[in-house]
Amino acid sequence: MNRIDRWFGEHTTPAFIGFAVAGDPDPETSVRVANTLVSAGVDILELGMPFSDPVADGPTIQRAGQRALAAGTTPDEVFAVARAIRVSCEVPIVLLTYFNLVWNRGIEVFYRDARDAGIDGIPIVHMPVEESDGVREAASAAGIAPIFLVAPTTSVVRQEAIIARASGFLYLVSVLGVTGVRDRVAEETVSLIRRVRCRTGLPLAVGFGISKPGHAAACCGAGADAVIVGSAIVEIIERHLDDEDAMMDALSAYIFSMRAATGAKPG
Amino acid sequence: MQKSTRFGPFGGRYVPETLMEALLDLEKAFGRADIDVAFQRTLSTILTEYAGRPTPLTCCANTSRDLGCRVYLKREDLLHGGAHKLNNTLGQALLARYMGKSRLIAETGAGQHGVATAIAGAVLGLPVDVYMGATDIARQGLNVDRMKLLGARVIPVHSGSRTLKDAVNEALRDWVASVGDTHYVLGSVVGPHPYPLMVRTFQSVIGEETREQCLQKEGRLPDVILACVGGGSNAMGMFHRFIDDPVRLIGVEAGGEGLDTGRHGASLCAGTEGVLHGALSYLLQDAAGQIADTHSIAAGLDYPGVGPELSHLKQSGRIEVAAVTDREALDAFGYLSRNEGIIPALESSHAIAHALRIADHLGPDDIMVINLSGRGDKDVGEAAQRGGVPG
Repeated sequence: MNRIDRWFGEHTTPAFIGFAVAGDPDPETSVRVANTLVSAGVDILELGMPFSDPVADGPTIQRAGQRALAAGTTPDEVFAVARAIRVSCEVPIVLLTYFNLVWNRGIEVFYRDARDAGIDGIPIVHMPVEESDGVREAASAAGIAPIFLVAPTTSVVRQEAIIARASGFLYLVSVLGVTGVRDRVAEETVSLIRRVRCRTGLPLAVGFGISKPGHAAACCGAGADAVIVGSAIVEIIERHLDDEDAMMDALSAYIFSMRAATGAKPG
Repeated sequence: MQKSTRFGPFGGRYVPETLMEALLDLEKAFGRADIDVAFQRTLSTILTEYAGRPTPLTCCANTSRDLGCRVYLKREDLLHGGAHKLNNTLGQALLARYMGKSRLIAETGAGQHGVATAIAGAVLGLPVDVYMGATDIARQGLNVDRMKLLGARVIPVHSGSRTLKDAVNEALRDWVASVGDTHYVLGSVVGPHPYPLMVRTFQSVIGEETREQCLQKEGRLPDVILACVGGGSNAMGMFHRFIDDPVRLIGVEAGGEGLDTGRHGASLCAGTEGVLHGALSYLLQDAAGQIADTHSIAAGLDYPGVGPELSHLKQSGRIEVAAVTDREALDAFGYLSRNEGIIPALESSHAIAHALRIADHLGPDDIMVINLSGRGDKDVGEAAQRGGVPG
């Protein structure tokens, strides 16, 4: 059984999904970051594969991607980071990537390599279900969950089409716009969670702009099964580039505070 | 109306979920407008009375004598704004209004598309924000001031290589956040469906007119047609009407400092298949799929991708492709200025440079048409800096 399905099957409390760009600030430190996130209580780890043209990302994650690329983080290196994390834990790992990196490697090869690296689910930023036949086939052959995004603009008809093709969880884009820290959870986020909630039993994970305990609580209160926190974690990494130990301490402290808000009991 | 989102294997709609409904709406609206008599009449009137269509097909006596064949220029440099870009921006701005959108955004490289969008926004009463790479802002100062004068806001882009590709990235980021009231006026035959089809349709007026004008003047079709290719909008606008005719079609790309140096923008000549900005096309990228930095003296050709339809026409063998270096383009820039009294855009100079190359193989009765996609006033400063203006 896929580790993502197993996690949601075994837990009734919401999941805290922590995101970091693989290879930020360099591959070795990035393994330590991931291990810190997991020890501090992240339930599902999401790794971003750095891409030269990250159109979906705001400035914070763009800069993280640039640091990772500058440190020589190729897709091979990203898989190596995932393998290194997998050595010490069974946490579900999700790999967020841009489609050209998948296409360039060969779709089947990419999913096979991802499986061998211990990856459980792959959302692709620019992959609407309409274009997804090839990746879903490869994902299924590799036992990897094809994870799709649902946006506030997604119509009911397309929501149904996405739900019929997704597995693992649905990635709800909470706001219109790119990734980045925002002040509050928008009314449209809550309404999106409610609209999708009544259509599917798939776990719902809310991302884009979630950074504070209050955001997480509001999403989970509206029926979300998970919150995804990215830019806030990446900002902590960025603030402590010159002191790795302080980086790890700050990450741990932040994860503790967020985890409490998802309503989960410390593991 | 074309049902498929692809040209052969190329194209598609690889976009963030947030934009999918907007693209489906755009596809529907474009399909309606395409057969809406009132819309087409408005577009036709504005193209004639405001933009200055039809543009002439100029027989170049001096160049014809010099090259030993019959040389014609399709004069998109005489279109209002100074380039072919206005054909598309007027079409898209009218469509935006037709769809009830209240704001336009655009990316620009050389500034011509930004200027053309600013013009369309000004005349149709829609506010315009233009994203432009910081490097391009530095080398296309005249167009930056023109855009501002026309009432547009020019937003500098400092990410990546600070050129056209990064301007597209930033425009897409804006659109994802503003999709409800904003239309993204994409400037070339690139991007997700329906853009490549829609932009080609709005630009096809170039080839339609050229075909008619050539038949009128020569009683037959041209033997060879050349157009420069960045994303490919002037090339597709010119080529489309000739696809089923026995006419050689040649797309000329930015060879930069030479294809072997890696510093160029020749995706058709030297690229591999990949997905950027919403479509599968030929692409300049590294072995892992990271998009390559490109280089060209012509900001409008400084782009790592190319339209999906051109990719398909190249793969199927229907069009020929060639690359011209910065140096050769600069020489052609001077050549046309001296010989015909026409200063071409550095982008269009690429097509002229290749025409000079292939003229040896043409006879006195052969007809060659070069799409002069834009005027070169914007490039005079850059050319002077690089020794392209006599001392």
